[in-house]
Amino acid sequence: MAKLHISTTINGEPEEFLCTPDETMLDVLRNQLDLTGAKEGCGSGDCGACSITLDGTLVCSCLMLAAEAEGKAITTIEGMAEGETLHPLQQKFLEEAALQCGICTPGMLIAAKALLDENPDPTETEVRFWLAGNLCRCTGYDKIIRAVLDTAADMRGAS
Amino acid sequence: MSDSNNKWIGENTIRPDGADKVTGRAAFAADTSMPGMIWGKVLRSPHAHAVIKSIDTSKAEALPGVKAVMTAADIVDFPVDTPVALGIQDMRWMCRNVMAREKALFHGHPVAAVAAMTEAIAAEACKLIEVDYDVLPHAIEIDDALADDAPILHDWMEFDGKPSNIAGTIEHSKGDVEAGFAEADVVIERDFTTRPVHQGYIEPHACLVSVASDNKTTIWSSSQGQFMVRAMVGLLTGLTQSDIRAIPAEIGGGFGGKTIVYLEPLATILSKKSGRPVKMTMTREEVMRASGPTSGSKSTIKIGVKKDGTITAAEGLYWLQAGGLPGAPVRGAVGCALAPYDIPNGHTLGYDVVCNRSKVAAYRAPGAPIGAFGVECVLDELAEEIGMDPLDLRLKNAAKEGTEAVHGPVYPVMGYVESLTSAKAHEHYNAPLGPNQGRGVASGFWFNAGGESSAQVNITEDGNVVVTTGHPDIGGSRAGIANICAELLGIDYKRISVLIGDTATIGFSNLTGGSRVLFASSMVVTESTRTVIRTLCELAAKIWDIDPDAVTWEDGEARPAGANAGKFDPLTLAELAARANETGGPIGAGAQVNTTGAEGGFGTHICDVEVDPELGIARVIRYTVLMDVGRAVHPAYVEGQMQGGAAQAIGWALNEEYLYDKDGKVDNPGFLDYRMPVASDLPMIDTHIIEVPNPKHPQGVRGVGEVPLVPGLAAVRNAVHNATGIRFNDLPLSPPRILAALDVREAAE
Amino acid sequence: MQYLAPTSLDDAIGAYAGAGGAGRILAGGTDLLVQMQAGMVAPGLIVDIKNIAEVTGIEETAEGGFIVGAAVSGAALEKHAGFAAAWPGVLEGLNLIGSTQIQGRASLGGNLCNGSPAADSVPAMVAAGAILTVQGPDGRREIAVEDVPTGPGKTSLKPGEIAVSFAFPPRAVGQGDAYLRMIPRTEMDIAVVGVGVNLTLEGGVCTSARVGLGAVAPTVLLVEDAAKALIGTKLEDSALEAAAAACSAACNPIDDKRGTIAYRTRVAGVLLKRTAAIAAERSLRT
Repeated sequence: MAKLHISTTINGEPEEFLCTPDETMLDVLRNQLDLTGAKEGCGSGDCGACSITLDGTLVCSCLMLAAEAEGKAITTIEGMAEGETLHPLQQKFLEEAALQCGICTPGMLIAAKALLDENPDPTETEVRFWLAGNLCRCTGYDKIIRAVLDTAADMRGAS
Repeated sequence: MSDSNNKWIGENTIRPDGADKVTGRAAFAADTSMPGMIWGKVLRSPHAHAVIKSIDTSKAEALPGVKAVMTAADIVDFPVDTPVALGIQDMRWMCRNVMAREKALFHGHPVAAVAAMTEAIAAEACKLIEVDYDVLPHAIEIDDALADDAPILHDWMEFDGKPSNIAGTIEHSKGDVEAGFAEADVVIERDFTTRPVHQGYIEPHACLVSVASDNKTTIWSSSQGQFMVRAMVGLLTGLTQSDIRAIPAEIGGGFGGKTIVYLEPLATILSKKSGRPVKMTMTREEVMRASGPTSGSKSTIKIGVKKDGTITAAEGLYWLQAGGLPGAPVRGAVGCALAPYDIPNGHTLGYDVVCNRSKVAAYRAPGAPIGAFGVECVLDELAEEIGMDPLDLRLKNAAKEGTEAVHGPVYPVMGYVESLTSAKAHEHYNAPLGPNQGRGVASGFWFNAGGESSAQVNITEDGNVVVTTGHPDIGGSRAGIANICAELLGIDYKRISVLIGDTATIGFSNLTGGSRVLFASSMVVTESTRTVIRTLCELAAKIWDIDPDAVTWEDGEARPAGANAGKFDPLTLAELAARANETGGPIGAGAQVNTTGAEGGFGTHICDVEVDPELGIARVIRYTVLMDVGRAVHPAYVEGQMQGGAAQAIGWALNEEYLYDKDGKVDNPGFLDYRMPVASDLPMIDTHIIEVPNPKHPQGVRGVGEVPLVPGLAAVRNAVHNATGIRFNDLPLSPPRILAALDVREAAE
Repeated sequence: MQYLAPTSLDDAIGAYAGAGGAGRILAGGTDLLVQMQAGMVAPGLIVDIKNIAEVTGIEETAEGGFIVGAAVSGAALEKHAGFAAAWPGVLEGLNLIGSTQIQGRASLGGNLCNGSPAADSVPAMVAAGAILTVQGPDGRREIAVEDVPTGPGKTSLKPGEIAVSFAFPPRAVGQGDAYLRMIPRTEMDIAVVGVGVNLTLEGGVCTSARVGLGAVAPTVLLVEDAAKALIGTKLEDSALEAAAAACSAACNPIDDKRGTIAYRTRVAGVLLKRTAAIAAERSLRT
């Protein structure tokens, strides 16, 4: 299978890679670009552990062909903190113990950030439905939902 | 050690591995690679039950890019007549589970594996392997496996002198059950079933193994025990354990399901054969078909009470599915079922039943939720029958200090009664319910565990601390250990790094399982830290030229132990560390202990549900977990265990189940149709931590990981009963089942 | 395998038709990639149509209707305030497909052309009377949405034809639509039953109605008997019961891992009543 040459932007930096036409974005992130923060929990879009944003829209990188990244802008968990400063969501997840094993955490954070970018004042129900595609088996979601709501409140207060 | 004096124990500190976990840096099993690495893939049985007559791998071996092919012939055989126990497993079954030997015992059972330059080539090569099967009739459900004409899975297995699928029994007896039932005013006997459910960790099994030409082997994998991985791989491959270095990757959930190996021995053999590092990962479908789950069960529970609520006798008979090889968690079911109660006459008996499903693995308090389910349902019905509040019925019979349990032990001081009285007084229990809503309660017990643990506490040259333990951290145990070490040393917890050592860098430590990790590891960390403090005091004594006994350690510094000791300025940890070289050398200490004193844990749950009477959907709308945790070293992670356990119980009770087609294949091997709770399915899960310290532990710790799953199945079911008036004795309470029962009742009315 | 992302419809059709049966259209990919990863399909050519303006745009017509590109994602359609106000039921259907992540990609065209009887957006589009425009080597044609699926995984599109856009009629005062589905969880499941209702109320009397029913037959159904039971009534209980009975009667489901025949048949009627009530309530607001 001849490889395609793709030019894209990842976490604000220009990036080029070669991929086969059937390769997923997740595989390229993990196996070629060493961006292993996105996890493969299912490979079928049912767990959200591979969440990234594509031109600002939340998507599962396992259900996207790498070739589709041409000319687009991707963000991954590795691009969430600014330098050594964690994003408020990352900080709140730590402070409120909103993670246990941590495998769902990168996808959960990317999804939560996409929510707050769109809706800075979500209700608990809105947070729960927005994050319904991010499975967590450890926490029962309680502390995750609280951390997202608390971060939203802090960020509204700060702005 | 009282709460008020603690500075770090009881604080919700930020976990040592936290920043890595929120930035994507944390390296899980599938996140690493090695130079020259190739990929392994497993060929799995397409049949639920078949004799493997022959395997021809020649075409696969000839495919360009293929570097190694293996079958069961490459794995050490453990004859079925000689038990070789390793923890809760037996190598006779492990060697047949990691790769089918005489027979394929379930759809998805590995029969061969390939390593190739790419995953795609390995998958292609698997298709070229020719396996000649003699397909046999299969038995999936318990009744199928126990039927007179059932296909017998193992010709060497007998029960009562006849060929059987019953692999064994476990039984507990106390008093005279028949006499006890004769004393009762009300006796209720009911049959129950629960379905097999998967642990549901989000991280699929994965490993990377490199075997050098001198057999020096490095295993990078996600498991609940790097020493378990080392031992099993050694036994299954014939490598000596000292040649194997098993490195624990961060683990993406286990819940018991990563206490055994699946891929590691295969990757080791493929690496040895190919001379290349081999990486293997399971797909979610492989995880669902061939790892875990826990048993499905059927049970018959009979309990008798007097009119005042006193239980006179209780009996539980259980049949648990083991999967294709023996080892259902019968002990947890028969041991935990009646454990919360002071019962004069009790009898439990459980059967380990093999069937053509994947071999079960431990799942959070293995067997205990199954044991508790029927008992807690019958108690609910008895309470209604005698007109007693269900919590009062449990209080009337609650086990307490000095109670002799049906499964044997005499209980020490413990907080079960407090969980019931707290539940009774809780605002949740007394809140009004709306239409179609119902409330249920249930209690549960888990043994907890101690066992082998090792730790090393080292002081760095700049006066900070590195703690290494041997247990994979599955839910925040590193944070708890940092709190304890900070408390003992009297320094800021941020000055303490807590790491999980690999098998070459830390002493033997048993699995992360049994709710033992913080219990056991804090004991060895405490012992090590106390030794370090003694050393620090000795160094100060040397500097001050006084007797070491005249030095005390307080608030992170050595001080003279009173006016008589002399007048010296305190020496801080940093100052002592800086002078270590001139005063005695490196500062550090280790401890290796087979820990004892882990006492059982108890909890009580309150659940509210709302049932849609037209669609049959039950939704949990409020949930409270009350539990004696001994000492909450890191309360937020204790709460997390309570909440996570409850969520798993809700999933088990409402929607999770394995579905099989007529050919014995799992019909829902993915997160789409294996319906674990998503965020929008659950309410906030309230917690009420009760702290009755364990007197046998330096910090008073009890296990907290497993108890929170145990009461949940019955709490949900009892709530659905309260909402609908119907007693459902079969899980899950899925919409078609609820609606059908509502229809039957409507037709009857 | 080859991947192409043409910027013109003609180029896409040329390549797709040229690949014969080996070609697959990639819109959101939420079905195609799952099928590829599961080994169910192995396309020789993938034609990504998302760089084609016409299939990714949303246009409001002079008459007040909407032309929605077949590859517009749920996330994009949701941001179009005019469409969301006019056709909330269609939007509900599209945005019940999978997670937020899936909605970032899943499209009306993909959902329809995947041919699943349980496709959530299709009953709502059938109820809406949406018309699909397809273009192929022989030019353009229009197909009513209910005539597109012909069986599980099958459609009436001819070889080389690509779904281009959906036309939704203008919204008149007194009209409302809604979509409800039954799933065991609250999210992330495939519909066990799905019902779309679009109706007009004039002076409290239902003057027009369309009912789409999903996951209960080999294709999504337009249930005309249910509509007839509603038209001319004030949606009183007896009318709703009659429409519910018509929905249940129209069911021709299978027993599978997601639901039983008895359960699906029963629930179809329950959902009809609930969906009609929401559509009626919305009709008062337009």
